[in-house]
Amino acid sequence: MDALSATTVELDLAAVPLRTVNALLQGREVAGHDALEVDTPVTLTNPRGAHAVAVGMDTPRQVTVAGHVGYYAAGMNQRADVVIEGNAGVGVAENMMSGSVLVKGNASQSAGATAHGGLLVVEGDAAARCGISMKGVDIVVGGSIGHMSAFMAQAGRLVVRGDAGEALGDSIYEARIYVRGTVASLGADCVAKEMRPEHLEELATLLKAAGFEDDDPASYTRYGSARTLYHFHVDNAAAY
Amino acid sequence: MCGIVGLHLRNPALAPRLGELLTGMLCEMQDRGADSAGIAVYGDPRWSPAGHVTVSFVPDASCVELTSGLAAEAVAGALATAYGADVAVVDAGPTLVAHVPGGDAELDRLRGAVKEAFPEALVAGFGADVAVLKGVGHPRDLAEAYGLPAAQGWQGVGHTRMATESAVTPGGCHPYAVGPDQCLVHNGSFSNHASIRRDLVAAGAEFDSMNDTEVGARFVADRLAAGYTVETALKELLTTFDGFYTLLVADGDSFAVVRDAIACKPAVIAEHDDWVAMASEYRALVGLPGIAEARIYEPEPERIYAWTR
Repeated sequence: MDALSATTVELDLAAVPLRTVNALLQGREVAGHDALEVDTPVTLTNPRGAHAVAVGMDTPRQVTVAGHVGYYAAGMNQRADVVIEGNAGVGVAENMMSGSVLVKGNASQSAGATAHGGLLVVEGDAAARCGISMKGVDIVVGGSIGHMSAFMAQAGRLVVRGDAGEALGDSIYEARIYVRGTVASLGADCVAKEMRPEHLEELATLLKAAGFEDDDPASYTRYGSARTLYHFHVDNAAAY
Repeated sequence: MCGIVGLHLRNPALAPRLGELLTGMLCEMQDRGADSAGIAVYGDPRWSPAGHVTVSFVPDASCVELTSGLAAEAVAGALATAYGADVAVVDAGPTLVAHVPGGDAELDRLRGAVKEAFPEALVAGFGADVAVLKGVGHPRDLAEAYGLPAAQGWQGVGHTRMATESAVTPGGCHPYAVGPDQCLVHNGSFSNHASIRRDLVAAGAEFDSMNDTEVGARFVADRLAAGYTVETALKELLTTFDGFYTLLVADGDSFAVVRDAIACKPAVIAEHDDWVAMASEYRALVGLPGIAEARIYEPEPERIYAWTR
């Protein structure tokens, strides 16, 4: 169904309990409420910084949150496309599997933590630990990111249009990081790498998906694992 | 956990609403800790009238009730005898707020009178401008018991506590207000507080509790007494204290926020033409007038954010 022609359902978080709203978004039946059709677009009003808004969805639904949200918004998302018209608290889109989450404002720490798939876009800044332990998600940040971002990042891509804080990519595995601005410092085993044609192409695709197609991919630097921590090295024994 | 809230008014027209706004902020943070809740209010005309000095105290430092159990008139009588002149006493639930006309000399005398008349009391705070209210119980119940919704003033700081480091008593309740018109609230835990406590005790400091945050407050008070500004005192705190912390520190002029290098304890700042507010979570700020136009951001680690009146 064309989303524009479908009738949007509005749920007011000031009037409907959060658990009820989340149950409806997850396609479950709740006494006293009309069930939401799978592809009915939904707008959530009055989030007022509440935690766990729009979590655990597993259908291709469009959800717009009209305001700022608290912790773990759109966590564990599968297939749904969520737009947050405000700031997000700790752990937005944590453990996302697929679908997309767009934060129009800033995100607090641990945005996209442990996420396996999907696309997380933060138009503003993301704070510390963005993409910590990411496992396949793509994250595009319009502004800058805080310290310890992409810590132990295993797979996926992290794109930063601004600057990165201290210890970027510490103990990184096979995730790829693209930063346009400065990096305060690199974490253990994270190094700058050559931008080969496939990386320029990959980055252009990610920027386009996030709505930043005017950026020149060549103005970014790629960072990734030097792969020196993959195996125990006897010379490091004293460090343990 | 633990929750922090603070509100520094720039527009005096909002002063009559300070208590109402702080109550909303504090109660929104009760999910972060409901062992106790304390508050510091600057400039309330009942608790700290202009031209007076104020001592806030919990007569029974082991009190877990919502009332001190004492009649304000009787306390005023006992304090007047010790002080040698009339003392006004305002009942604020578990805490009592005493004030007398005067300045620094009267403040010292009034503190002495409280200690003399109520040797078991916990002095919660003192100064020309601040009333500090402490107790044990649910934040919403305590806010009512303190009479917080009706409070007025130009600045307020509150804390909801989930106890981890010391006992659930009024002495473990934040804010720690150990210097004149100062207060400090803390979300997190200091890991090297015992050794810093030893240094402060060796230098003559006396402690009211075994709480880690009290060490931070006494450290800041020690530096302020030595002539530091709030900003420089907090810079030294950053290099001295290990652990996790978001701190909100206020005194008679300033309102400052600082986070440790790891910055895992949350903090949100909102700035508006009419006020500056800080809280552990954005939802505590939702009820502030004009929040939609405020600039909202997360403070960066190891950076001191300070506002002066």
